[in-house]
Amino acid sequence: MKELLVISGKGGTGKTSITLSFAALAEKAIFADCDVDAADMALILKPQEQQREDFYSGSLAAIDPSLCMGCGKCYRLCRFDAIRAEEGEFSVDPLACEGCGVCYDNCPVKAITFEPRLCGDLYVSSTSRGTLVHARLGAGGENSGKLVSEVKQRTKALGEEQGCSLMITDGPPGIGCSVIASLTGADAVLIVTEPTVSGIHDMERVYELCKHFRIPAYVCVNKADLNVENAKKIRAFGEEKGVQWLGEIPYDPSVTKAMIQTMPVVSLEGSPAGEAILTIWEMLKNERTLFQ
Amino acid sequence: MKIAIASGKGGTGKTTVAANLALALERKGSVVLADCDVEEPNCNLFLQMEYSREEPGVLPSFSCDVSRCDGCGACARACRFNAIASLPDRPLFFLEMCHACGGCVLACPHQAIIESSRHNGVIRHASRGNLTFLSGLLDVGEAMATPLIRQMKKSIPPADMVLLDAPPGAACAMIEAVRDVDYVVLVSEPTPFGLHDLIIAMDAVEELKLPFGVVINWYGSGDDALEEYCLSRGVPIIAKIPYSRKIAEAYSRGELFYTLFPDLAEIVDHLGAYLRQGGWKA
Repeated sequence: MKELLVISGKGGTGKTSITLSFAALAEKAIFADCDVDAADMALILKPQEQQREDFYSGSLAAIDPSLCMGCGKCYRLCRFDAIRAEEGEFSVDPLACEGCGVCYDNCPVKAITFEPRLCGDLYVSSTSRGTLVHARLGAGGENSGKLVSEVKQRTKALGEEQGCSLMITDGPPGIGCSVIASLTGADAVLIVTEPTVSGIHDMERVYELCKHFRIPAYVCVNKADLNVENAKKIRAFGEEKGVQWLGEIPYDPSVTKAMIQTMPVVSLEGSPAGEAILTIWEMLKNERTLFQ
Repeated sequence: MKIAIASGKGGTGKTTVAANLALALERKGSVVLADCDVEEPNCNLFLQMEYSREEPGVLPSFSCDVSRCDGCGACARACRFNAIASLPDRPLFFLEMCHACGGCVLACPHQAIIESSRHNGVIRHASRGNLTFLSGLLDVGEAMATPLIRQMKKSIPPADMVLLDAPPGAACAMIEAVRDVDYVVLVSEPTPFGLHDLIIAMDAVEELKLPFGVVINWYGSGDDALEEYCLSRGVPIIAKIPYSRKIAEAYSRGELFYTLFPDLAEIVDHLGAYLRQGGWKA
């Protein structure tokens, strides 16, 4: 099974709409939503939940006030400003705690507990297009990279088991830990960008990241007619860097319309964006990196 | 007054709102705008300010003085991030996994762990009239954005209004950007994805016990569900920025609508006044 990861650097370029259209077109595929702090694929794929699991990762410190003698050692040692000192009483800010255990290990009176941390939920669901593995990162959002890795590993195992030939992964925005976790093990990356100054800037950085991890990248430009000059620049950038150009998608209100009707844009009849995505998919299907 | 501009979903217009607000607010007093979306900072593509200095982003880094080490492995046992492997005669550090908590230094019985620092990005500074601008840029390949955001926030000079352009999502980087502000502006779009991700961001901000309001960007381009949701939950909608292709085209060129379209500038001025006066306290 091969894996195609869809990312963008910048948010809101249309990653998920394109991924969902691919999901409607792909045969024998399995899907992973790795944008774990804003997972939207399930809104359109109408999943039937098969499995839900608590996702525990790392640990969270807490101070037992009945044992704490108020020495403040934890407060001085914590490098994440996660120990609050209010009216002489110390407590842990769970949203700032990174689970390093320094307070727990160094408290002279063992007043600190350090329990496994519930970071979110992981779901395996069935959809009309195949299995979807998705997640919901809990408030506070620690360990998003680890949750991404868990989603990916689960999808891979299930996909192999089901005899799928392709895994399609919707990635998160940015270039940080959850994107790095999404890139791990991907066979190819589709960068969805837009012809705006920020779209170009963010695409260049996400391309650098793909290069860093030596994963081949493709590029397509969404909302291309918003700025024809910038769309040309993106194509030229791709040609210079060896990032294969897959085409353009027009700026099209039917993308939002499809979303509101909870269907992939490629299934919306007469949608210019849908037609363009279909063309891009046909080009991708010729790629040996992804399809034998 | 410290204000964060955040959103659950990416690409809803956080940077647009933050940069336009900075222009509106600098007419009334001193303003700092800090671009905390260090993975993909975009503010200065629109502000186009000239940087006057660059501060290196630094993260504590750890290594071992092998002459002191007896290979006891206490450092590796103390590390919760699997950033240290214990070899028979010394530890091996995987710095890309390191959260820089300093636990290994404290755990080593022989004072063999040496703390130094390493580069994780840059923080650029610019100023022009009433406006001071800071922008963090994380090195490509660096996993953790929070330390750079934390460092940048410590470099923010005092001002009448401090605006923080937060990263998208609701994970640790977004939390780091917004955790100590007076008010959070959540920017969203009137679509199913916009609403779904806004609710996640609202839950995170409520967890932080911070007051917040919603800006609906591209108002009129989608459906009414987001507005109805805000009304039903009693969340104030503090601005509506209409949808228009001319705004999207100006954005694509790196132009801010505050200087281009007076009708839109008026919306931002109203929003600026609301924030300056702490309108949510009324």
